[in-house]
Amino acid sequence: MIQFLTQPWPWYFGGFMISIILFLLLWTGKSFGMSSNLRTLCSMMGAGKKVSFFDFDWKAQRWNLIVALGVVLGGFIASNYIVSTKSMDLSKNTVDQLLAMGIQDAGKSFAPEILFSNDAFTNPYVLLLLILGGFLVGFGARYSGGCTSGHAISGLSNIQLPSLIAVFGFFAGGLLINHFILPLLLKTLAI
Amino acid sequence: MKTVLFFTIGILFGIILYMSEVASWFRIYEMFQFDSFHMYGVIGTAVFLGVIIVFIIKKFKIKSILDSAPIAIPNKEKGWKRYLFGGIIFGSGWAISGACPGPMFSLLGAGFLPILIVIVSATLGTFFYGFIQHKLPH
Repeated sequence: MIQFLTQPWPWYFGGFMISIILFLLLWTGKSFGMSSNLRTLCSMMGAGKKVSFFDFDWKAQRWNLIVALGVVLGGFIASNYIVSTKSMDLSKNTVDQLLAMGIQDAGKSFAPEILFSNDAFTNPYVLLLLILGGFLVGFGARYSGGCTSGHAISGLSNIQLPSLIAVFGFFAGGLLINHFILPLLLKTLAI
Repeated sequence: MKTVLFFTIGILFGIILYMSEVASWFRIYEMFQFDSFHMYGVIGTAVFLGVIIVFIIKKFKIKSILDSAPIAIPNKEKGWKRYLFGGIIFGSGWAISGACPGPMFSLLGAGFLPILIVIVSATLGTFFYGFIQHKLPH
């Protein structure tokens, strides 16, 4: 049991546990959606004075910010006190491809060193990639009205056609970038 | 009390995102390459069980544990433009940063500090959406 929990979780257990989170949040009368926290943050910082989209009672969303804070602590606990291995069981094809593009730690670390080690802060090209990726995620999540938790998990669980369209969009955009743009970006990074 | 409850749910979610590896940039890359079933399995299992959970909540009119009101699960607004266009933009960012909003917070706790840049930038992206919202097709 302990060994099962401290190894990277298999897909069926991960999926099962996410559905428990969905249930717990619905049971408390709330909804499951992480990206709305970013809107709440804007509102908290006073964006509502300039833009009506952020002019709402952000305190009513305080519960979700608390969930997000918990997620931060959860990541800390899992990485420091639960997980017993650094290696990941990635597919060989993915590892080989990334290796060819100059990413050498696929399967050996949780996130690529080149993007997520502290060296990233002093590499303008990496900074640009992180800024671009984050900006599109934040913009796209609010434009489509939800992210992976709001649309893919909550929306599809409630059999919502709009969420299916959004998830189709997630994959259309993701596939396009992953197959045609990301290789160019990563190769430039490796030089 | 409520704060403790939501904080605990968050901690559990943060652990799940890390331990099931869905917060890993590598897993997102692999998913878009169709090289592994892992991500599809995680999301598919969650949605399969989620459909049953939502069905049971509606069928038996289960009440909220906090205010004893029947649980309301609102429908999404009809339409397609915002979902398709917004979705494509979100997916593009997901493929680059390898993190959607939940995993961003889990990664921050796990000590991958450059994810802070992604979080700040995603907040700016959210602000920019609010700023030009009325000019976009919805």
